[in-house]
Amino acid sequence: MEILTSWLQGLPGFGGMSDQGLFITGAVIMATLMFTVMALCAIVFTWMERKVAGFIQSRYGPMRTGRWHGWAQAIADMLKILGKEDIIPAEADKGLFVFAPLLVLLGSLLAWAAVPWAPGFTAADLDLGLFYIFAASSMVVIGILMAGWSSNNKWALYGAARGAAQMVSYEIPLALATIPVILHTGSLNTQDIVIAQQGGIWHWFVLRDPFLFVAFWMYFIASIAETNRGPFDMPETESELVAGYHTEYTGMRFAFFFLAEYANLFLVSLIAVMVFLGGWWSPIPGLDFAPALTFVIKGVLMVFLNMWVRWTLPRVRVDQLMYLCWKVMIPVTLLCIVGSGILMITSGAAG
Amino acid sequence: MATGKIMNNGWADQDHVPGIKSELLELNMGPQHPATHGVLRLLLKTDGEIVYQVTPVLGYLHRCAEKIAEGVNYKQWVVYTDRFDYLAPMCCNHAYVTAVEKLMDVEVPERAEHLRVVTAELSRIASHLIALATFGLDMGAWTPLLYCFREREEILNLLERMAGGRMLYNYMIPGGVRYDVPDDSWVGDVLDFITMLERKKLKDYNDLLSYNKIFIERTADVGVIDEATAKAYACTGPVLRGSGVKFDCRRDDPYSVYHKFDFEIPVGTGEMGTVGDCWDRYMVRVREIEQSCRIIRQALDTLPDGSYQAIPLNKIVKVPAGAAYSRTESAKGEIGHYIISDGGQTAFRNKVRSPSFCNLQVVEKVGVGQMVSDLVALVGSLDIVLGEIDR
Repeated sequence: MEILTSWLQGLPGFGGMSDQGLFITGAVIMATLMFTVMALCAIVFTWMERKVAGFIQSRYGPMRTGRWHGWAQAIADMLKILGKEDIIPAEADKGLFVFAPLLVLLGSLLAWAAVPWAPGFTAADLDLGLFYIFAASSMVVIGILMAGWSSNNKWALYGAARGAAQMVSYEIPLALATIPVILHTGSLNTQDIVIAQQGGIWHWFVLRDPFLFVAFWMYFIASIAETNRGPFDMPETESELVAGYHTEYTGMRFAFFFLAEYANLFLVSLIAVMVFLGGWWSPIPGLDFAPALTFVIKGVLMVFLNMWVRWTLPRVRVDQLMYLCWKVMIPVTLLCIVGSGILMITSGAAG
Repeated sequence: MATGKIMNNGWADQDHVPGIKSELLELNMGPQHPATHGVLRLLLKTDGEIVYQVTPVLGYLHRCAEKIAEGVNYKQWVVYTDRFDYLAPMCCNHAYVTAVEKLMDVEVPERAEHLRVVTAELSRIASHLIALATFGLDMGAWTPLLYCFREREEILNLLERMAGGRMLYNYMIPGGVRYDVPDDSWVGDVLDFITMLERKKLKDYNDLLSYNKIFIERTADVGVIDEATAKAYACTGPVLRGSGVKFDCRRDDPYSVYHKFDFEIPVGTGEMGTVGDCWDRYMVRVREIEQSCRIIRQALDTLPDGSYQAIPLNKIVKVPAGAAYSRTESAKGEIGHYIISDGGQTAFRNKVRSPSFCNLQVVEKVGVGQMVSDLVALVGSLDIVLGEIDR
């Protein structure tokens, strides 16, 4: 943000601007940029998901639109969905029904602000960065609950109830799994967390000690549940609840849920990269030519891992999902915090 | 109703918060629902995730096939049997022509019987592949669906070469089959396919689905149909065998030339949980695919030469007055055909006993007290086909 405002100050016509004016202009530019990246990633990942699914299922996926491997398919779909009729059910709670998709989208968009793309390049360089991300992304739950309730559809209500229970539960192991890392860095600032991992692959937190390694996988599992994707896609559960909380949504409102799902997916992958996988640092020390690119590539690989899991495993049942969260993952992540802390003290790393 | 006791003592009937009345949620699962395998409608009464009452509502796919049998001649009605269990049409063909032949007392050529067995078993494999695929889909596993359909495609290609159609064949006629083996390479191709299926593909399914930890968690001890219930509701086929009853018409009431072949009858053993749970029913189908492969191999190895039609194709079948009942083992269970003839060109009455119809009734008892997700597993493991239930 500081880089952006000082750059703006250098431009002709911006020199005489007040500090507040510069800040607001910078914020608007940043927000537009983030939203564009988010929309773009939804388009790219829809295409990628279909190609990955196709590869795993021994078929091709989209092949025609845009000639080369159907690269324009997702864009065509987006255009089509824009032209769809917007239906609001007669019995729906109209205000909530309209507001819910926006809230879901807002939840994931807000969290994007604190993602450290490159050294010094974070939209909002907050001291409580990581905490802020988890806090902002939990707004998605409210949106989903709202969507399910306001649709006035029993299946949607089921999906919303399941979704709320699941996402509220899985936020706990998700956040707990990052605490061992925070113990190491002593900071919640996202830039600081990445900077602490400088110096090649062995300095990444995932390989620092065995407890952190376990914590990484705990984070990964919780992040799948947090994004409502298979094998934990309880709020949708296609074969049980028709389409879950977004059963009644059409057109652009449906696209918002869709957009938010992929934005969330990329977000949790980026957080995994940021917290455990060395952020923008390349695996070999001294080869950090394109930090932002390295960061994004790692993020895309994590997304691929997510897709791989989704298209391979069957879905768990609601009660099994809760069992896994409360009786397995939370104790294990707590153990990771304690274990990692003890290792720090014995090795003298704690200061 | 079997559910009355639970409903009266259950959580849902009481007012938990003073002044706020709680009641069971009535839920329509279907007729348009991704988990009901067609146009089945299940009327549910639920308390949150727990199902208190299930009522299957049928009739959305009724096409009066039995009434039509009174208006078309015996050979023409074979077409309608294709549409019963459209996932295993050869088995349905076989069931009907067996009944007609019983009434006519006609000697079917040995070669025709062998071809019938081969095509019926291929159909059975195709049907079981769909059963595995859609059951996996109900459990949220998408990928096995595509794998199973890939193998089914091979079967469809083989049967297309044989009978001309890809899905509905109208292949068997009273007194034989419509076409002989299409070309010299067909027998070899079938043998190649079943060898590939036995050696490689079944292992793939087992790795991907059958022994997957999540899949076992979802299906073991879920939707348990015990032996007494299975018998009381007249379940047949893999549903009955999944409950541990070793009964198969092909062995216990042999028809066609099944007595000549050596095969086993897989039954549910409660390997992962209780005998008669969803996993057992699923696994019975996987193992039946292996046995079908064995039967096909034996039938093709001993394929006799000679005629394949006892009655020429262009002759109208004449059936003497009388009544006959035949039962055969289709992919879904036991199909029974009861035909009454008054000596004319059409049947006086034709009643079909379809296995899916009887198998489905069991949800009313077993589905009670399950979670909604488990009900989906139960219905998926019964492997019903609505074309056969409503006819």
